[in-house]
Amino acid sequence: MNTTATTVRAESLTRRFGNFVAVDNISFEIHSGEIWGFLGPNGSGKSTTIRMLCGVLEPSSGRAQVLGYDVARDPESVKLRIGYMSQGSSLWNDLTVEEHLRFYAGLFGLYGAEQRAAVEEWMSRIGLTQRRNELAGSLPGGFRKRLALACTLLHRPQMLFLDEPTSGVDPVSRREFWDLIVGLADAGRTVMVTTHYLDEAEHCNQLAFIYNGRIIARGSPEELKHASDAGVTVEILSKDNVAVLDAVEDLPYVRSASLYGSSLHVTVERNGDLVRLQRFLDAHDLDVSEPAPITPSLEDVFAGLVKAASPSGAP
Amino acid sequence: MNWRRVWTIAVKEYVEFSRDRRTVMATMLMPLIQVILYGYLSSDVRYQPTIVWDLSQTAESRQLLEAFTNSQYFSIKYKARSMQDVVRRIEGGEALVGIVILPDYAKLLHQKKSPEVMVAVDASDATAARTSVSVAQAIGSSLTHGMVLKELRMNGAPIPKVGVDVRARAWYNPALRQEVFIVPGVLALVMQFTMTFLSMSTIVKERELGTLEQLVVSPIQSSELMLGKMIPLITIGYINVTAILLLAVFWFHVPVVGSVVLLYVTVFIFFFTTLGMGTLVSTIAKSYIQAVQLIQFFLMPSMLLSGFIFPIASMPLALQWLSYLVPLTYFLTIVRGIIIKGVGIEYLWPQITLLTLLGLAVFTTAVLRFRKRID
Repeated sequence: MNTTATTVRAESLTRRFGNFVAVDNISFEIHSGEIWGFLGPNGSGKSTTIRMLCGVLEPSSGRAQVLGYDVARDPESVKLRIGYMSQGSSLWNDLTVEEHLRFYAGLFGLYGAEQRAAVEEWMSRIGLTQRRNELAGSLPGGFRKRLALACTLLHRPQMLFLDEPTSGVDPVSRREFWDLIVGLADAGRTVMVTTHYLDEAEHCNQLAFIYNGRIIARGSPEELKHASDAGVTVEILSKDNVAVLDAVEDLPYVRSASLYGSSLHVTVERNGDLVRLQRFLDAHDLDVSEPAPITPSLEDVFAGLVKAASPSGAP
Repeated sequence: MNWRRVWTIAVKEYVEFSRDRRTVMATMLMPLIQVILYGYLSSDVRYQPTIVWDLSQTAESRQLLEAFTNSQYFSIKYKARSMQDVVRRIEGGEALVGIVILPDYAKLLHQKKSPEVMVAVDASDATAARTSVSVAQAIGSSLTHGMVLKELRMNGAPIPKVGVDVRARAWYNPALRQEVFIVPGVLALVMQFTMTFLSMSTIVKERELGTLEQLVVSPIQSSELMLGKMIPLITIGYINVTAILLLAVFWFHVPVVGSVVLLYVTVFIFFFTTLGMGTLVSTIAKSYIQAVQLIQFFLMPSMLLSGFIFPIASMPLALQWLSYLVPLTYFLTIVRGIIIKGVGIEYLWPQITLLTLLGLAVFTTAVLRFRKRID
């Protein structure tokens, strides 16, 4: 087993809550230095998986290793070496920026000069040195997220788990936040991140899409877009996008259709379906442009995957 | 146990607590307000508003009424002109006692017949009424006693040396001041509430905020986390106890007769127990609101069963047994024993032992439930 290259290894990982199977027999590997994106709708099992990998939640069956340690048998060794940013808050409104950093440093065993150095370093790296005495409760959302991230990094973990780190943050702050994440990965850290924003997924080296507890697709963003089973996506322009969307979205050969800015993206199963789509549009006298083939966005890919995987929406 | 991690948590809790002005005010002032309220409200049954319908209007009837007034238990507020007056005042609640003296009161006295005097008491509040009734009866027999002696003396008869001389002495609280009994009890009661509530809320709030999850993923052990949270609460508790004691001694003149050191040691055992109770509640409740309701559910019966208001000796047997499961029961005996009676460990060791055992049971259960894995 090559532990230097593989940071996370999950084998048939499963977690049940009563009769509900939150995570269903998933296996994957994350290699060191990767930004590994974990995508999927709410309640699909992302957070449950992360909590198992962090040693907080025991797997019902299957096993997982993080940095070479078994998460079920040796959770304390895992906890010492990872950074974890949960979906909830990791900040207290009544504590200042500096107090937070000192607190988390102490928790991870940094004291005295070592603590001061780590606190000063991260305060300047996240650009909060000037605001060191401000209460976390009065910080803007973007700064709060950066502070929360810095709090998980003081003890120099090699593996980072970020559970929806950018939810509720404005686009500029999101970009700054991602610059930090990319910088961490460049410095050799491994990052597993969940997100709802598919534009953010483009930053990841590897993506896995989880739905109802199962991984239904994986690969790099490019691979996913050009996968043979990704279908063919065309862009359609029309005066009344909503009417066209209503007309085409339930056609058996249409995998997904969604509004995309001022245009409509329609994904069909295969090239031959394009002719049928064209014929349908002509027959129903819908005033549209010629469907133009495009590279699908991740959103198109995942909308199609979800439709194909959900029991009711399957063609 | 890594003490530096415990200290890291404790420092964070201190800072967080001190920045929350409203909680600081509530925690520091509420105990004192409660002591003051209980201290003043617990005064004896005295000066019961009384209405008198004196149909006799003689020196003898005035002498009788004077005896009532001098007892300090009755305060004659109204003179009635009819029975209806008496009834109306009592029904309206303006008077709690009605005294009716019949027209032939003085005449019957002179004829050496015993005239009847009616004393009607509003017994809605049975405790107050009981006092009024017995004081009224005591006034009657004392007057009779005096009259008999006077009669014998006037007839030159020898005064018989018979009878029982009951010499009642009130130990520990010779002036029979109710606040001497109540204020130490309030100390126990208030500390039970404060400690249970604070320990519950420090954990539940952290869980609702999401920060508990973050702490659970850190290397900290649940025992270190709990201890780190308890240290500031124990400090706050001791500040409260000291403030209450100062108030008791210098404001209510409740003397602390026994050992303050022993008191502070037993307070620690009680803190340990109540902090465990709060933690236990936090592990059961799903939300803050639910936790607050659960605490009321715990504290209400514990106050009623502990002997704070109702003496345990007069409870039905089943409730007496139940009261032995309440930590407050033992702590009340200890606190009252030390403060009022001045007794020490030689008398209090059974209570101290049982409180310690009960505390250990509660605390262990709480720690076991407060595991690191939060499902």
